[in-house]
Amino acid sequence: MHELSLAEDMRDLILEKAEKDGFRKVEKVWLEVGELACVEASAMEFCFSAVMAGTPAQGAKLEIISIPGEGECHQCHHRWRVQELYDCCPECGSFGARIIQGREVRVKSISVI
Amino acid sequence: MCTTCGCSGAASHHHSEHDLSEDGLSENDLREDSLHTSGSHTHDHQNSPDSHIHHHNDQARILEVEQSILSKNDRFAADNRQRLKAHNVASFNLVSSPGSGKTSLLVRTIEQLRDKAGIAVIEGDQQTELDATRIRETGAPAIQINTGKGCHLDAHQIGHALDHWDLDSVDLIFIENVGNLVCPAAFDLGETARVAVLSVTEGEDKPLKYPDMFYGSDLMLINKIDLLPYVDFDVAKSIEYARRINPDIEVIQLSAKTGEGMTEWTRWCLQHLEKDTSIARDNRAESCNTNA
Ligand SMILES: Nc1nc2c(ncn2[C@@H]2O[C@H](COP(=O)(O)OP(=O)(O)OP(=O)(O)O)[C@@H](O)[C@H]2O)c(=O)[nH]1
Ligand SMILES: [Mg+2]
Ligand SMILES: [Zn+2]
Ligand SMILES: [Zn+2]
Ligand SMILES: [Zn+2]
Ligand SMILES: [Zn+2]
Ligand SMILES: [Zn+2]
Repeated sequence: MHELSLAEDMRDLILEKAEKDGFRKVEKVWLEVGELACVEASAMEFCFSAVMAGTPAQGAKLEIISIPGEGECHQCHHRWRVQELYDCCPECGSFGARIIQGREVRVKSISVI
Repeated sequence: MCTTCGCSGAASHHHSEHDLSEDGLSENDLREDSLHTSGSHTHDHQNSPDSHIHHHNDQARILEVEQSILSKNDRFAADNRQRLKAHNVASFNLVSSPGSGKTSLLVRTIEQLRDKAGIAVIEGDQQTELDATRIRETGAPAIQINTGKGCHLDAHQIGHALDHWDLDSVDLIFIENVGNLVCPAAFDLGETARVAVLSVTEGEDKPLKYPDMFYGSDLMLINKIDLLPYVDFDVAKSIEYARRINPDIEVIQLSAKTGEGMTEWTRWCLQHLEKDTSIARDNRAESCNTNA
């Protein structure tokens, strides 16, 4: 499952951080997930708690912050809120938006002790 | 020492602990990776003078991380890209649904190109060595990566696979990704170009159903065209759909069975050896590095 490997990478990122910053426990993780990132929030929450078991982030809360998709038309450079990668430009009707935002999956911040 | 991740184990560690590990990355990797990232360490002590006593109290504090989950993969991908470029190797990441004909295509590609270029193959499958064995029967070197429950290849695995070859004797590397149209799209491997293989038995609406795969690919190969008389696949429509998502995507139609279209494909591969591929690579980084 896609979310599982992403959750594992998130765990590694947090453990790396724990090693550097010397915290003992993670209480909460804020995760930014783009609307075009193909990540299902409920699957992510499930995988998150599964992969964090036995780490300093065991039992941590996950808050997912949804980031809207934004695209720029390659013809007329109009920018709009893209719902799907195959949306056409609402101004000129061309296909093939360049995606500016909305494919990201980023750990924004963590609350630690 | 491992040039990808800086780990200092004996060469054999790659077989036992990395490449063939069934659960993806091993414990070692966590340690290895903290080595490479120590240079880019950023933390927030300067903003909060008190935080030096944070080890001794139970006050929760917030650390700004602002890091893509894929940033670790992207670092490995950048290393691979640099290494391949230094040895003038062009590499292709083949992504598709299971059974689109990738291994058959590669066997035929090797037969047609082996007098013109040094070819090596990385095979990704969840289980078995079968596809690598099919490639080795052609005489070309192949490394099988079994991802176990993992459904895609990542750049760290590719870096270790590259350790097995003298890259000066290799010109083209083909990477057959795990058959899956969803998550390989998110993992940059450091390849020169990404190739989405769509077979005519699948239905022409695949690009709309799995747009990420086509957004990030440079070429769409339509395979099994020998079967067109027997199926309802609308070639023009599949191309139109793919270009809605990616107006620049190139398209080649072929049959790995009859060989039709193979020359156009092998020429496309070879042209990446001649031109400076750094431009294509930069575009790839832009479309995949969601942290940009
Ligand atoms: N008719 C026809 N059959 C093909 C063609 N290419 C591959 N096949 C058949 O399609 C089936 C799958 O081919 P593979 O080469 O194993 O496909 P693959 O994409 O490597 O499969 P996985 O690695 O399992 O995802 C085999 O039965 C092939 O013989 C083609 O061009 N025409
Ligand atoms: Mg195969
Ligand atoms: Zn427009
Ligand atoms: Zn190593
Ligand atoms: Zn390693
Ligand atoms: Zn190996
Ligand atoms: Zn995957």
